[in-house]
Amino acid sequence: MRTRRSPSRPSALPTTRGPGRRAVLGGAMAAAGMAATGCGANARSTSGQLRLSEWNLFTGGDGLRLLEMHRQYQEAHPEIDLRASTFDWGSPFYTKVAMGAAGGRGADVATAHVSRLESLAPGQLLDPIDPAALAEFGIDDTVVLPEAWDECFFDGQLYAVPLDTHLLVQYYNLDVCRQAGVLGPDDRLIATSGSDEFLDMLEAIRDVTGSLALSIDTALPWPVFWTFYRQQDGELVLGEDGQFEMDDDKALTAMELMYRLSGEGLAPRHSAEMDTAANVSNGAAGLMFHGNWEIPTLEETGVDFSVTRFPDLFGNHRTRGDSHCYVLPHQRDRDPEVTRASLEYIASMLKSSLTWAGGGHIPAYQPVAESEEFDALHPQSEYRGAVEDIVFEPEGWFSGSAGRLQDELNGPLSTLHTGTQTPEEVLTDVKERLRALLQIPAPV
Amino acid sequence: MTRTRPPMPASRTGITDVRNRPKTSWAGLWFIAPFLGFYLLFVVWPSVVGLGYSFTDRSLAGGPVSFVGLDNWVESLSDPYMWSALWNTLLFTLLSVPTMVILALALALLTDHARRLGWFLRFSFFAPFVLSVAVMTLIWAWMYNPTLGLFNSVLESLGLSGIEWLHNESTAMISVVIATAWWQVGFNYLLYLAAMQSIPDDVYEAASLDGASAWQKIRRITLPLLSRTTGLITILQLIGSLRVFEQIYLMTEGGPNFATRTIIQYIYDSGFVGLRIGTASAMAYVFMALIIVASIAQFRFFSRKEQ
Repeated sequence: MRTRRSPSRPSALPTTRGPGRRAVLGGAMAAAGMAATGCGANARSTSGQLRLSEWNLFTGGDGLRLLEMHRQYQEAHPEIDLRASTFDWGSPFYTKVAMGAAGGRGADVATAHVSRLESLAPGQLLDPIDPAALAEFGIDDTVVLPEAWDECFFDGQLYAVPLDTHLLVQYYNLDVCRQAGVLGPDDRLIATSGSDEFLDMLEAIRDVTGSLALSIDTALPWPVFWTFYRQQDGELVLGEDGQFEMDDDKALTAMELMYRLSGEGLAPRHSAEMDTAANVSNGAAGLMFHGNWEIPTLEETGVDFSVTRFPDLFGNHRTRGDSHCYVLPHQRDRDPEVTRASLEYIASMLKSSLTWAGGGHIPAYQPVAESEEFDALHPQSEYRGAVEDIVFEPEGWFSGSAGRLQDELNGPLSTLHTGTQTPEEVLTDVKERLRALLQIPAPV
Repeated sequence: MTRTRPPMPASRTGITDVRNRPKTSWAGLWFIAPFLGFYLLFVVWPSVVGLGYSFTDRSLAGGPVSFVGLDNWVESLSDPYMWSALWNTLLFTLLSVPTMVILALALALLTDHARRLGWFLRFSFFAPFVLSVAVMTLIWAWMYNPTLGLFNSVLESLGLSGIEWLHNESTAMISVVIATAWWQVGFNYLLYLAAMQSIPDDVYEAASLDGASAWQKIRRITLPLLSRTTGLITILQLIGSLRVFEQIYLMTEGGPNFATRTIIQYIYDSGFVGLRIGTASAMAYVFMALIIVASIAQFRFFSRKEQ
């Protein structure tokens, strides 16, 4: 491995003089100086465009739609140099936003989940938004879905602007369901009420597929658990010092249903990422619980499918939901011109959210959500009313999409599907993890 | 310097006068200054600052920082999830170090004995090492996929039932070790091969004349002469395995049900996802202490054996 160098002989020395050491050093320092001034406070590029940096987490089918919206925005705003960056969804994205903002050099505007607002330390990592300045661009509480708008406040100040709401819905493979006889005369899934009727429907579907009936993501079971729990009016109040209120019986009922689905072979024991949509597109299952953002994925497969609201299992159609929103990460030297451009950018995104709705999300901007064009979108129109049934995440600094609550609870909850723990054991495990999380002093 | 020579003008001999030594050693310092600067800035300084953070409630979100004494250390040491993450790291180390040392030795012996296809073996065994971790994990995650993957379709075509690989708590860690061994064994292999090829042929020839069998030659000549290399490889592998993070984070994200969450991921989760830099620093120091103890023990063990 080691190579031994022979001492260079005099003849090997260069005879012609290249640039001297000092010249090279001087040049390097000059270049470094130029680079240093290049990343200074001035957001204007040499051509006079205003540089606007945007960070987002849309890596799925919705990401393509965002690119299209950005293209339209860029065409309409030649004076802006939009620099959009997409980061991997979840923790990789949030850690970057948090670290950028912690150093006071966050992106000018970033996407986030409304459920993560508290964990992003409004006032520290996020800068407040002036509602009056936003209203100049036509966005205020009269045009945004009130349920989502109300979630954007923290300590009475506005910190986010909702772009959409998204929720768990029920997908169904039309061919499979038709053969199973669970479609009505209008080719829509027959409505069931209560978990028994739903399980009967699953049995009928399994008779057709010969393998599964319901496709679910077993690696990320929290949203389904939360939906089952909230349909029973279960409350989860997160206190301090390890204290919390949880309804054990209702949690156990929810867990037993999840355990039963996989235990009886109606749902898979393992399914993550692309497997979940694949199971319904290739006909291994007839139904699927998943977020509305999987619509583009299924459309690409060419399978004949439709979507409806989450089934009534415990007396209502409540379903776990969240909102994508825009936030202003903290900047030490906030340039008012860039802030104005950021707000205008946010307003344009909301106004062009019909494109966004193609990805399955329900626009929060009401003029679009109530438009005829949105109504004409299929299958989006099948579940647009479900917005009323949305249940958001429990309140806490560690809750929310890809937050620590989900991270810590998805592990034990997934064992309900794999069958390695009984619902009673999972409940104990979940409560222990909740207690441990609540004993941690809040960092925000 | 044992010999003394008569003083000669430096300009004639090109040899630096002994009395000028102190000057030259200062010049040497200038040469390592760039490295030293970066090392102090990016390794030593953050380590010192991190130690300081571990006694505060510093948050990544900013806000007022106050001194909390040993709270973070007490919290870390009494956190059962930290211990289970630490155990996962140790389990990975216990499984991967012997595998990757013995496998590397076996592959090197094979290559050393191969007369014809030596270049091909060298290439094949070392090639995976040059892959980036993202590429390696993508390949293996696909092969491990329980429904669409290569391994299970082979097993099923043989009439066997499929294995859940990365999706089962009892097989996930072993699956990660297998993938890691395939990816990283090339480096150990190369060290072994180089050491083997530096063993003089006449030792083997002498043994052959004395009628030693091939196995005897390996046991009595090759392995003893490789003991220094084995020590080196084991130490490097031990430290490398204790630091495991990337491939596990990319393949399982620590799942299923935290069966593969390593201590570094737990530190990352606490510090960067959970924003609690103070506690994460304390845990990082607990872990660093463990690595130092393991390295010293290993070093002692091997240096004593040589004496």
